[in-house]
Amino acid sequence: MGGSYSHRRGERPFAPTPEPLICASTATPSINHVEENGGCAARPLLEARGLVVVRGGRRVLNVPCVQVRQGEVLAIIGPNGSGKSTLLLALADLLPPSHGEILYRGKAVGTRGAAALAYRRRTATVFQEPLLLDTSVERNVAIGLRLRGIAGREAIARAVEWLERFGIAHLAKRSARALSGGEAQRTSLARAFALRPEVLFLDEPFASLDAPAKAAIVDDVERVIQQTGVTAVFVTHDRDEALCLGDRIGVLMSGEIRQLDSAAVVFQSPVDAEVAAFVGVETVAPGVVAAGDEGLVRIDVASQAVEAIGDYPIGQRVLVCLRPEDITVSTAEESLITSARNHLRGVVVKLSPHGPALRVTIDCGFPVVAAITRQSAADLGLGPGRPVQVSFKASAVHLLRK
Amino acid sequence: MELIWQGISQAFWLLIQGDPEVLRVTLLSLEVSGTATLISLLVGIPAGTALALTRFPGHRAVVSLVNTGMGLPPVVAGLVVTVFLWRNGPFGILHLLYSPPAMVIAQCVIASPIVVGLTLAAIQNLNPKLRVQILALGASRPQMLWLLVREARLPLLAAVMAGFGAVISEIGASMMVGGNILGQTRVLTTATVMETSKGNFDVAFALSVILLGLVYAVNLVLTYVQQRGRAL
Repeated sequence: MGGSYSHRRGERPFAPTPEPLICASTATPSINHVEENGGCAARPLLEARGLVVVRGGRRVLNVPCVQVRQGEVLAIIGPNGSGKSTLLLALADLLPPSHGEILYRGKAVGTRGAAALAYRRRTATVFQEPLLLDTSVERNVAIGLRLRGIAGREAIARAVEWLERFGIAHLAKRSARALSGGEAQRTSLARAFALRPEVLFLDEPFASLDAPAKAAIVDDVERVIQQTGVTAVFVTHDRDEALCLGDRIGVLMSGEIRQLDSAAVVFQSPVDAEVAAFVGVETVAPGVVAAGDEGLVRIDVASQAVEAIGDYPIGQRVLVCLRPEDITVSTAEESLITSARNHLRGVVVKLSPHGPALRVTIDCGFPVVAAITRQSAADLGLGPGRPVQVSFKASAVHLLRK
Repeated sequence: MELIWQGISQAFWLLIQGDPEVLRVTLLSLEVSGTATLISLLVGIPAGTALALTRFPGHRAVVSLVNTGMGLPPVVAGLVVTVFLWRNGPFGILHLLYSPPAMVIAQCVIASPIVVGLTLAAIQNLNPKLRVQILALGASRPQMLWLLVREARLPLLAAVMAGFGAVISEIGASMMVGGNILGQTRVLTTATVMETSKGNFDVAFALSVILLGLVYAVNLVLTYVQQRGRAL
């Protein structure tokens, strides 16, 4: 993805409405950082309570409470093996949990029987693999409708309509086996949307696509989600995809939701060093609060002083977190005059490629990682051993109590 | 070599002539083996699907048993069915021995493990995630099973071919439980053995050519259906 998406949401017809947020019964220390209120709305569309999945004697998922509001896209991000897909499968009622229950509009859905089937018929799931049946594209898209008893001709007409919305109507008669990866995933998405689901589950649907196909499909999915206002749960390991599609973002690590909040809060104020590292905070350095005055604190980090916004007692041990894109690099001779409060001198340790840009690691007494374009790096003549100055605003510094 | 040519020309002559005995033997072969294959499919496809999708204590032992059954010698099947249908046997009261139904039962015993085994392999070869995807599309459990079997239809047609091929060409069981009675239980294979033992090689060849032609024709139709499925 390489940061090619921007967050463009916010004008959806069914944008989530603020609700009184209470989830007293499920508040545990493990979700203390799940929004200020536990992430639990009073009347969610979908809710998981006390969800535990044990596999091979190991607890792979432990989610005391997660709620999905009507009309929102909840993005769940986390590293591989963190339990994202397990959570999604459990929410979609496709994996019976070891403990806990799924509530849809306040009613338990169970894992078998008529209620479970009725719930599954209100939802649709798109997986990383398109998993198409060995028949034509249009019949694949119509299959869910046929399973719901919709007559063949009507089902095919609706299928073709959705194939058109995903720009592949010309492939309707083709065998699903003869599709490219991107075409197959578009077919899979059309198949899900054709069901007009009340909740759409997306399990890393873009993960196996090449960059151009992925960018185009993400745009299409974003457009269709906006048009339909469907409630969605979207699982990905890609931060940019989550930012692009998610209204709220949950960070899942080792089977537990560490943080669940708006994208801005999660990405600017991660709750701990692990979450910080996952959401792209590449500079994390330990320090001690040396002085503080009116919401501004000075922290001693290695031999440097860093100013940050916060209210901490003197002597408090903290972690200083910085995102690479918040750091400006200039040469030591021609230091930039900026509004940034922090200017540290250091020496370039290494340059490493990061998509179309570069990451520069600078030793300022502690390692600082900055993002820079290749052109800027060339203009500044950056290379290992080059003395530079790094600048960043006090508001760009996120502090974590140690 | 001359015998072979004589046999082939004799076969055509018998066919063109419409020899009533040959016609009866051919039709009975088709009827017995076709019925046995059909019953084996009705039993074997659900059983194979269930074995592929479930796990229970002793599952592996059952699968091994099925795999062994795929190579079951027809004479063993014939012997077991004969013992069961013998006058003093558990099902002697039915008076089925030396009748076409007895031959159907024996051929079912031969074909069913083949159908179960090949169905098991066909369903297990499907992507395991497909099952979850089908449920996610809103399928009930029976709908899911039907879609899985439909998805495995090409290898399942191979199971049909293998099952039919095994029973139409077997002789031991048909001989033991049918008795090769003229006009009643004589089928192409038992008739061929009898004509050979009598030294009537030309007739034996003729019957063999008809048998081969029959197997070829049935497989041609099934292959056509299978390959049309591929091109879909």
